[in-house]
Amino acid sequence: MLAQFFEYEFLRNTFYTGLLIGFIAPLLGTFVVVRRLSLLADALSHVTLGGIAFGLFMEKKYGILFLTPFYSGMGFSVLGSIFIERLRTVYKGFQEIAIPIILSGGVGLSVIFISLANGFNTDLYNYLFGSVSAVSERDLWTIIIITIIVLTAITLFYKELFMLSFDEEHAVVSGIHAKIIHFIFIVLTALVIAASLRIVGVLLVSSLMTLPVAASIRLAKGFKQTILFAVIFGELSVIIGLISGYYFEIPPGGTIVMISILILIITISVNKVRGYFTRKRAI
Amino acid sequence: MTSPIVRIQHVSYAYESNYALQDINLEIPQGAFLGLLGPNGGGKTTLIKILLGLLKPQKGTIDLFEENINNFSNWNKIGYVSQKANTFNRGFPATVKEVVSTGLTANIGYFRFFKKQHRQKIEQAVDLVGMSAYLNTNIGDLSGGQQQRIFIARSLVSDPSLLILDEPTVGIDSKHVSKFYDLLHRLNEENGITLLLVSHDLGTITSHANGIACLNKQIHFHGSPETFAQLPEYELSKIYGHSLQVVTHDH
Repeated sequence: MLAQFFEYEFLRNTFYTGLLIGFIAPLLGTFVVVRRLSLLADALSHVTLGGIAFGLFMEKKYGILFLTPFYSGMGFSVLGSIFIERLRTVYKGFQEIAIPIILSGGVGLSVIFISLANGFNTDLYNYLFGSVSAVSERDLWTIIIITIIVLTAITLFYKELFMLSFDEEHAVVSGIHAKIIHFIFIVLTALVIAASLRIVGVLLVSSLMTLPVAASIRLAKGFKQTILFAVIFGELSVIIGLISGYYFEIPPGGTIVMISILILIITISVNKVRGYFTRKRAI
Repeated sequence: MTSPIVRIQHVSYAYESNYALQDINLEIPQGAFLGLLGPNGGGKTTLIKILLGLLKPQKGTIDLFEENINNFSNWNKIGYVSQKANTFNRGFPATVKEVVSTGLTANIGYFRFFKKQHRQKIEQAVDLVGMSAYLNTNIGDLSGGQQQRIFIARSLVSDPSLLILDEPTVGIDSKHVSKFYDLLHRLNEENGITLLLVSHDLGTITSHANGIACLNKQIHFHGSPETFAQLPEYELSKIYGHSLQVVTHDH
């Protein structure tokens, strides 16, 4: 089954990309979830959609090809993340308000650029729901670079990120530069979203950051183990999702998310059963 | 007599135009167990924030370990257990070991990693609060009193000489409170850690601390618990703004 994936170059690119995002999305997603910023990923993915629509528009109207939708999407995502941070300082008492502002802004931009670019096409459909054939070699290289950046940053700032996630006040009192660390974190999130959207699609990209973590939290002991299980679940979802998506000719975004949800349901039931037996033993 | 490790001189602090602290003078000698008492809104937390360098007083000077606070950089000498420490998200997937490790994060510094000696320190700190059996347990699975011990371990892991505890027993089961004070005594007497315990609960603190300071915008009393217990009622009501009774517990 896997053999076919290595026969064609585009499938090979997709498969490697899948392995990379299956790793970095749940890795960063663990921090996103425990900091209760799951919706932030959603907001950023919609801004990314605005960027993609902008790229498609530029491509179609002006024939500008160097700024592919992938790159303009990434640019918008990073800009959006910086903008969210600004908004959060403006509305100190209502920090979550930044999320609907950015989310609706992203969708608004998308609608405008999509209609300016004369509407829906296959390309856009691929960006929305993911595709097994959308990753070019250049995209793959960009995603490899993003993976290296994310892994380096997480390794270097792991202890600070963890401290900030667990107890922000304590981190600030101890002299951790919370603002800088948070800024690095949010830009990383934007990059991971941009990297993942070729395969999972804009609408479902946040699920790859949150669903494996949701499953992992049910089983793991401690933070490192939560990351480890989340990455395993993420990789499983991506691999099974990509292969089944290819065979059934379904956009992989759908199959990957449904596999993640299946894993989530299994972990919840395993935990229930385990809880039942330990209770019985206790009696 | 050695010079005090905390010396507060003529410190005033105002939020907008309201004075929260007015001309505070207070010294904490090495090895003390000082209870800082006062009504809610009396400026206790403000004073702590000033001591931690989070707020800058408009007037007055503060010396920490014989160094002016503005030049003081040895912050790992001061451990702090916040009032809000036990309001964390109970579902947070972190083991006791991981939580205590955050007490070293700032010490180790950026771009450096945990080493074997750090791991040993973490285990020692957890051992000191009597929680060794729970090193790999998720913090959310512990009881409130046990969690409080872990937060103390987190502030002990960097070997502080002064430990500041802001209302540490709020939200802890009363049966665990006396165990908690036993731990504080041990830290104070056996490990020589100076303690500053902030509380609005007169009764327990007077029977544990060896010094009492009362704060309500100003320092109204500073002396031994025995003298404090003998204060006439009108003195106390001046501090608290209403009458109350001191109940001394035996331990």
